[in-house]
Parts: sequence; structure tokens; C-alpha cells
Amino acid sequence: MRNLPGLVTVLAVAGVLAALPFLLSDYHVSLAAQVGIFFIAILGLNILTGYTGQISIGHGAFMAIGGYTTAVLSRDHHTNLVLTMVAAFAICFVVGLIVGLPALRLSGVYLALVTFALAISIPQIPLQYSSFLGGSGGVQSSRTVDNLWIYAAAWTASAILFVLAWLILRGRIGRAFRAVRDSEIAAVASGVELPVYKTLAFGISAAYAGVAGSLFVLATNGFAQPSEFDVFLSLELLIGVAIAGLGSLWGILAGAAFVALLPQISTSVPVIGAQHGRDVVFGAAVILVMLLVPDGFAGLLRRIRRLARA
Amino acid sequence: MTALLELEDVEARYGPVHALHGVSLGVEEGSIVAVLGPNGAGKTTTLRAVSGTVRRSGRIAFAGRPLGRLGPGAVARLGVAHVPEGRGTFAELTVWENLRLGAYTRRGSIQPELERVFTYFPWLSERRRQEAGTLSGGEQQMLALARAFMLRPRLLLLDEPSLGLAPVLVAELFRIVQQMNEDDGLTVLVVEQNAQLALQAAHAGFVLEAGRVALAGTSEELQADDSVRRSYLGY
Amino acid sequence: MSSAETSAIAGFRARGIALAPAGAVAVLLVGGAVFLLVGCLQSTTFARLTVEGLASGAVYSSLALALVLVYRATHVINFAQGELAMLTTYVAYQLIQWGLSYWVAFFATLAIAFVLGLVLQVALIRPVLHRSVIATVIVTVGLFILIDGVVNWIWGADLKFMPSPFGNGAFNLGGVAILHLYVGMLAVVSACVLLVWALFRFTKLGLGMRAAAVRPAAAALVGVRVDRMLAVGWGLAAVLGAVAGLMAEPSQLFLSPTLMQSILVYAFAAAVLGGLESPAGAVVGGLTIGVSISLVIGYVPQISSELQLPFAFAVLLVVLLVKPSGLFGRREVRRV
Repeated sequence: MRNLPGLVTVLAVAGVLAALPFLLSDYHVSLAAQVGIFFIAILGLNILTGYTGQISIGHGAFMAIGGYTTAVLSRDHHTNLVLTMVAAFAICFVVGLIVGLPALRLSGVYLALVTFALAISIPQIPLQYSSFLGGSGGVQSSRTVDNLWIYAAAWTASAILFVLAWLILRGRIGRAFRAVRDSEIAAVASGVELPVYKTLAFGISAAYAGVAGSLFVLATNGFAQPSEFDVFLSLELLIGVAIAGLGSLWGILAGAAFVALLPQISTSVPVIGAQHGRDVVFGAAVILVMLLVPDGFAGLLRRIRRLARA
Repeated sequence: MTALLELEDVEARYGPVHALHGVSLGVEEGSIVAVLGPNGAGKTTTLRAVSGTVRRSGRIAFAGRPLGRLGPGAVARLGVAHVPEGRGTFAELTVWENLRLGAYTRRGSIQPELERVFTYFPWLSERRRQEAGTLSGGEQQMLALARAFMLRPRLLLLDEPSLGLAPVLVAELFRIVQQMNEDDGLTVLVVEQNAQLALQAAHAGFVLEAGRVALAGTSEELQADDSVRRSYLGY
Repeated sequence: MSSAETSAIAGFRARGIALAPAGAVAVLLVGGAVFLLVGCLQSTTFARLTVEGLASGAVYSSLALALVLVYRATHVINFAQGELAMLTTYVAYQLIQWGLSYWVAFFATLAIAFVLGLVLQVALIRPVLHRSVIATVIVTVGLFILIDGVVNWIWGADLKFMPSPFGNGAFNLGGVAILHLYVGMLAVVSACVLLVWALFRFTKLGLGMRAAAVRPAAAALVGVRVDRMLAVGWGLAAVLGAVAGLMAEPSQLFLSPTLMQSILVYAFAAAVLGGLESPAGAVVGGLTIGVSISLVIGYVPQISSELQLPFAFAVLLVVLLVKPSGLFGRREVRRV
């Protein structure tokens, strides 16, 4: 994220975020929380897809792992919820590294294919091992929280993870990531150990998705169910990254807002009706945006800046 | 004789890069004309401008008909066959299929074309079912020429035919081209790095430099002038 | 990184170099066919499972072939291919509801599918074809979601009943009951695949399409209208998808919007197994996956039908790691 907002902007945003819960209804607070949750997941996926160029349509699976970690730890050990989020981060980081290893051997569409198949297959696993993982009935955490808690947790985590991402990306690791994206061959030639960085990117993005998954489960009354983590979730994450575009923090915010809010708004579309309006409007919107602004929100911002300068 | 092909102030570019800065030349029907010059002078681009493979402006007329913004398919249908640099052979398809594709724009039976091609390249007839990619470099170049001939073109655009070929094969190739020119009245515009070779087969030549025509004349004139030969043609 | 780690990773990479030459693949296939034949003769259960597997495999082959067609022509993986197939199946359902007989509706649906595929390529894919990979992926993903929504909206998510054109009877072959349904599925898919193959092999249009797919620049020079060929390719792929959907429906008893979602995964696995650019590979891959799943579920108690999808995923992963170009593929997946 080269265009880092200045300190003033950051403080202003923080101020707005702190004030929002007092201004909005409970329902809207839950929506704002959802935006925060997707912000975290898309931030992580952006590191993978935007920075090292690996396309994953399977990060919903990592959200599932994170979510189930929270639910199971809470159910069986009554663990502090924030601690479960940390656990989710750690576990998903490791799983991400493991998945990242075979991913090294694939590129482009092949990786997209494999991760897509992963996203469709993972929800089947709780159905198979239902004694531990609750089957289709799901796992219920021992403690539930209200929307305000989730809002605060989501945006605090967003802030922390954003700073973390910023630190990672501006340092040596970030330069290596950008080198990988721009030209793998050139990166290798200049001494970048590809396997390390590509796998690392997988781990980091998975960890972020895990935290998002924890919050996601907590937002649905602490209930982790296979049907929540279907393939559409993974699709939405990738769509969020594409809408965000590359190189802009505001883009990620736009992507998160698009993915979190548009389905909710489109449930009240006339004629089409609640459930289906969502998919029809969302799908059509995605296609339109990609046709008109293929470089995402970040690309749009760049174009506007260029026009403003001219 | 009227010029079959006329270029007037033709400019062409690849994105932001201008390759031709106003090329004007004419090719008379029934002649073989060579386009010469150093690397990067715009020789290949000139051929591409004619066949419509590159964005161009200026006036290009074929048999009196302006080509305007016609694309490669339309230009092919007018009777212009382009054998690109690197031959453009369909390596994954068979010899027969390559030939069949040459006549893609023709309707009806292609038997007569096939027969005439086989008189020029008798060995192709036995290799019909062979995958084109398994042919040798020289054979592929011959196949490319045969494929172009399947179109029954009035004008043949030939780009660097001698590239990567042994001298014996190159001589054979030019012999066939000359035969096509004499027997079938085929007009040829050939781009060649090997200026000496090209001028021996051609009737006239244009020397390009930095996207413009630097020199023009009959092949005798160009070959005879020592200073021209040394500075422009490299021999 | 320690030297053990670096050498492990280097070894990991080295193993990726394509091992099996064409001969080994042929041996593998012949061996597999012999195994199946012997098994069928030995046990009626085996025979029944094999036939079921072949029939479902035929459906996977059809959809895999659609994927391969699109990929060969435009280098795009159409993630919405399955949903498109599902949509056309619903169209057939609607035509039957309006009173058309099954087979009239069948052919009408194929025609509609062709037009739909063509229009989609022109309207949605052509504009983003030269942009990044991710843009085309997202467009097909958006299409996936859109079609799912549209079908749910127009027809609803409840299960619909479509009459099976093959009835409920069965042939008796040496003591084994083989449902007319399975034979029918195999026959219809085979006929379709053969027709498409013949189109590509023997017609001028097919030659033009093949030329446009492998060498678009050279094809343009000989007068092939590459854009149109790509659109026709998408149309044909949609037809193959429609066949897959129509043949998948009877075996699932009811029609629902989730009809093709898992079949898409099997089709991906089949296409990758056969080689993403190989039509023959798609057919062989589909049949292999169909039979393998059927036999594995039948004989291995630990793997129940719930693990079908992860199984297919595992196949996909193994193929991509061991021989990414698939059984019949030529080129290798780009790696560093």
C-alpha cells in the first residue's frame, strides 16, 4: 500500500469509527462489523493475490478453520474469546504454510482451480467427522456476544492487523513480495528465495482469514456451521480483492464494503425478492464492475488522481 | 503497367512506438520486388501494414482498391497472401490441414489448387498426414509458401524466407518463387536481410531506413552502384 | 533456512518434472481397462458399480470437454460452466412444462444453449479477454453467482421432477441388471461427443476453430475470423454443458439449483487429469473419475459418499503435483 493515508486521515477515520456505534442502529452496527470482518480477510488475501500474484478461490476454507477453532475451543474449554482469535491466527498461519507448499508448483488458473475445489470440498469435512465437528448441526460456542462487542473487536483487530500488514509490506518482505509479483524470474535472479516468500504469503493471508472467520462465527451467535462457509464465501473474498484493486488502502475498504453491504442492500430489491435479489444483483454488479473498472477501486482512484493533476 | 500495390505516406505504429514514418512505394504487377535495409528499419512492418496486421494510416491501394482499415482476413480475401516471419505454420496440424487453411477464404473445391501446389512441391503430397511441426525448418518454409499459394494470390508477401535455412534450400526456395512469378504471374514483395540474394531474384528494390524509403531502383541499378551496395546493402 | 530445508524444497521441485512418457500412459489405460473387464466378469457388484461409474463419468466427461473447449480457445477457465449447464437444464424443464415432448425439448435446449454460450462470450468475455487473468476469473465467478440467483428467482430452490427419457427398465446381461438409464446416458453423451469431434475433425469450420485456438495470429492471416471462432467455441461448450446437465438430472432424480455444483469439481478434476488442452483427455479423465469414485465408495468403507468431493479434490491435487500437463497433455505448467 504505497499511498498510505497521512496521520491526520488515520486519526479522522479512527474518530469516525469510534463514533459510529453511537450514531447507528444496532442493525447497522452489525453491518459495519461485517465490513470490518471482510476488511481483515480481504487485507490478507490482498497480500497473497495482489502482492505475490497467487490466485486463491479457497480462502473461505481458512475462515472456516478459524471459525471452528473459536467455536470448538469455546465449547470444550470455555476459552477467552479473544484468545481463540489468537489461536485461530496461529493455526491458520500454519495450515496456510502447509497449503502454500504444494501451491508453489501451480500457477495462474491451475492454482485457482485447486483452491476452488478446496473451497467446495472443505465444508464436507465437518459432515464426515460429526462427532467432533458437529456435523451439519454445527458447533456452538459457550459464550455469545452482542453486535457492539463484535464491532469493537472487528475494527480493533482490523487496526492491529493493518499496522502489521503495513510493517510487513514496507520492509524486506514487502519488497520481496512485490518483486515476486512483478517478475518471478527477475526475483529469482536477484536472489529472492521464491518458495519462502510465496509460502509466507499464503500463511499470512490464511492467518488473516482465520481471524476473520472467528469474528464471523461470533457474529452469527457463536455458531459454526458448514453452510456458512460455502464456496460463495470464498468467491466473495476474491471478488473483494478484485474490487479493491492493488495498492490502495481505501480500495480494500471499498472492496470490503462492496462484499459486506451489497448483498444486504439487495435483499430489499423489488420484484426479485429477498434471497434471490441478493445473488442476482450481486452477480450482475460484480460483472459490471469488472467490465468497466478492471483495475478495481485502486485503479479508479489512480485514474481520478491523474485527471485531477492534468 | 499499372502498379498492383501502391503505398503512399504510410505510417504504422505498435502502441506508442512509430515504426513507419511515411513509406511510399509501388509494386508493378508481375514483378518481384525486394524490401531491404538494416534491422529495425521497418521492413516487416511494411508487409504487416499491407496485410492489415498492424495499425496503419496513409494510403494503401491494391489493384486500385484502397485498403482503408481492412483487417488481415479481408485483405486475404482480396488475393493477398502473407507468409510472416517465422512462417506461421500450424505446427499442431497436419500438412494437409495447413494447406487446407491456406485456401480457407476460397469457396468450393480446392482440388485444382492442391494439384498446382503439388506440381511445385511434389514431396508434400506424400507427407499429407504428417504433423507440420515435425517437418524440418526448410520443409516448413516450403510448406508456408505452398500454403500461401493455395490462396491463388495475386500478391505474395514474403517475410525473411531465408531465415535459418541452409543456402541450398534458400536457393531452391527463390527458384520456386521465380517460377511462380514467371508461370503464374504472381507478384511478389519480399523482405530479405540477405540483400544480395534478394536482388538476384528481384526486378526492383526499395531500401528502408528508420521507417522511410531511403533508396529505390531496379535490381540492376542497386547491384551496380558500389557505394549503395556497401553502405545500404552491406556487401 | 537450513540446508535440509532447502534441499527438501529443491527435491520437491525436481519431482515435478514430467515423468510419465506417452507409453506409460497407454500402459496405464490399457491396464485399467483390463482390470475393469476382469472385475466385471468376476463380480456382479463390481459390474454394477462399473456401469454406474461409467454413466456418471460420461456426464463428467461432457462438462470437462466443455471446460477444455473453452480453455483451449480462450485460455479462460469458465467457473460458471456448471451453472450454465444447470440453467439450460431448467430451460428444458420449463419447455416440458409448457407441453413439449422430452426429445423436442432436448434439442430445442441444445440450440438455446448454443446461442447463450455465444452471446456470453461476445458480451462478457471478449471485453476482458486481454486484461489480467483475475479479471476474467472474476467475470466467470460473477456469472456463477448471477445464474445461481436467476435460477433460484425464476424457478425457486424446491426440488422439481423431470421425467426420465429412459424409463425405469433394465437390461439383463449375464445376471447383472443394467439400468436403461445408464446405457442411455452413455449413448447420448457418446453421440454428442462424437458429433463435436467430427465437427472439429472433418469440417472447414472445425479446422478454422482449431487453427484459431492454437495460433490466432497465423489463423487471422489466412482469413479465419478468430473472434467468431472463439464465440462458436463457447456456444459448443454450452451445448456440451447442456447435455451434461440433462443427462445428470435423471440420475439425481430431482432437479435443483445445486445440480451441477459438485459435478463441476469432478469435471475440473477430469479435465486436469486428462490435460486441460486435450479433448480426448477430458473424455478419458471423466470416465476414469466416474468409475474410480464409484468403485472406491463401493469397496472402501472409510470413504463414504460424503467424502466424494474431497476425494476428487485429492485426485486434482495429486495430478497437478505429479504431472501437471495431465495424461494427454503436451505442455508443462509454468513453474519457476
